[in-house]
Amino acid sequence: MSTTIVQNKEYRNKQKRKDNFISAFIGFFAFVWIFPILWTVWTSLRPYNDIISYGVFSWPRHLNLNNYFHAFQVMGLTHYFLNTLYVTVPAVVLTLFLGSLIAFVVSRYSFRFNLSLLLLFTAGNMLPIVLTYIPVFWLYIKIGDLFGNRSLLYNNYLGIVLVHVAFQVGFATFVLSSYMKTVPKEISESAIIDGCSVFRHYWNVMLPLLRPPLAALGVLMSCWIYNDFFWALILMSQDSKRPVTSALRQLQGQYVTDFNLLAAGASIVAAPTIILFLVLRKQFVSGLTLGSTKG
Amino acid sequence: MKTAAVNKKVRSRRSLSRNDRLTLAAFIGIPTLMQIIFLWLPALITIVLSFTYWNGINVSDIKWAGLANYKNIFFGTPVFYDALKNNIIWLLWFTFLATPLGILLAYQIDRKIKGHKIYETIFYIPVVLSLAIIGIIWNFMLQPGGFVQGVMGRDIGNAVSIWGNYSINTYVIMGVASWRHIGYIMLLYLAGLKSVDPSLREASAIDGATEWQTFRKIVLPTMRPVNIIIVVITIIESLRAFDLVYIIYGTSTAWPLLNILVFQNFAGQGISMKGAAYAVILLVLCIGPILLYLRNVFKEDLK
Repeated sequence: MSTTIVQNKEYRNKQKRKDNFISAFIGFFAFVWIFPILWTVWTSLRPYNDIISYGVFSWPRHLNLNNYFHAFQVMGLTHYFLNTLYVTVPAVVLTLFLGSLIAFVVSRYSFRFNLSLLLLFTAGNMLPIVLTYIPVFWLYIKIGDLFGNRSLLYNNYLGIVLVHVAFQVGFATFVLSSYMKTVPKEISESAIIDGCSVFRHYWNVMLPLLRPPLAALGVLMSCWIYNDFFWALILMSQDSKRPVTSALRQLQGQYVTDFNLLAAGASIVAAPTIILFLVLRKQFVSGLTLGSTKG
Repeated sequence: MKTAAVNKKVRSRRSLSRNDRLTLAAFIGIPTLMQIIFLWLPALITIVLSFTYWNGINVSDIKWAGLANYKNIFFGTPVFYDALKNNIIWLLWFTFLATPLGILLAYQIDRKIKGHKIYETIFYIPVVLSLAIIGIIWNFMLQPGGFVQGVMGRDIGNAVSIWGNYSINTYVIMGVASWRHIGYIMLLYLAGLKSVDPSLREASAIDGATEWQTFRKIVLPTMRPVNIIIVVITIIESLRAFDLVYIIYGTSTAWPLLNILVFQNFAGQGISMKGAAYAVILLVLCIGPILLYLRNVFKEDLK
């Protein structure tokens, strides 16, 4: 009896030492991981002239937030942030709304095409997106010409919103429908017996129950759409209408010599998603979990 | 009892009023129509266009090309094979290095080793950054005046080119790509690990299994559904890899990938339907993993 306890203790001690070693090892790794970001922030706090005259590793003579003020003034970041807002907010809201409609019907009413519908949406989310570039570009111009306004979709926020929605709605549908399967059917049955219309069944009964996955998806998709810059490169002909991530890419070429300013710009643009992640980490994780580990 | 249930089902379907049916039709119709118009239809059009010659401007200029674009790619475009090679390098690197590292990391963090909360956060941060920002951040590390140049003792004046050095840029690109991928895999796996019954692991530890044995014999098999998804994600991400390289090299073919070639033919000097053919080749390569994913996810429903 006593020997097993001693053995156990020995085993635990050994395990503890091993764990400490592993922790230190991962800690080193983690430092390497975060270092490029820290370095960028560090660079953003220094004036360009310091590096030019004293070298990369010189002790900082001046540390201040001037680059940040400049980034807002010179680069006009506020303007581009607003552009991002015009795209991200409607795109996320519309994606969640449309996704919840399909998920609701598929999980609450039985049609012959339920599964095909779900497959259509889920597979759509996995298509290589380049497959759609040329036709979407061309379609946008044609639809615009049809309505006598070429920039109805092309070079317009609406156009970017629509492609984001079309691409992301598959993921939303998939996540929401698998969540809805866990909501007891009895709730719906009693709603139907009480004579609820389909719309009220959706709006007053199901939608409130969907708040947790909607929040998770909302956070995840805001981040994805905020980060995207390719659609804007293809579908926005005017630089001034581009979202902040595309603009940053443009500014990279423009201010390539003043990389302290650029570092400040990059830090500012990175801040929203990092803060979003740090504050709403639970939503982030549950969004990914709902989307990936079902089954 | 059974007939009552059947009756009830029939009744509930019958009892849908005209308005309800219209609502349902709209609920399904609007999103589906959008999905078809802006996603599936363009995808199909691209497949058709890959068999034509077209400059992307006037529809009347579209000329049937048969397999000419594909023949041109397979037999007349050596850069296609370079791109394929790079995609395969990407795939191998992710499969044998980045993904396993992400999984091991998740496993250790899930054991709640010291500092696991901070580690989890740090490893995930690169995943929430836009590629536009990642490009800039890594330029600060690698470009003239950057950190790595400083470590090598090179100032702005006598800096060496890292992106342009063909003996090392593959490793650098893979490193930066892993910087993002490992955190992503870690978080996905971590989420899955939460569902593994902890008593299973305790039992195996008491039985004297080593950490590695527990991981291989207990954790990995119980995580089968997640494993499949991670394999699929790794393959698809490697095949459609693009943004990072685009950020560094633009549409030049300094370090070609299939997706870069698509973009080059769509956005470069002139639009050529060779780009469409590249996109279709990419699609064909992706179909296997996509089907595997769908089968895995809709296993029960398909029965």
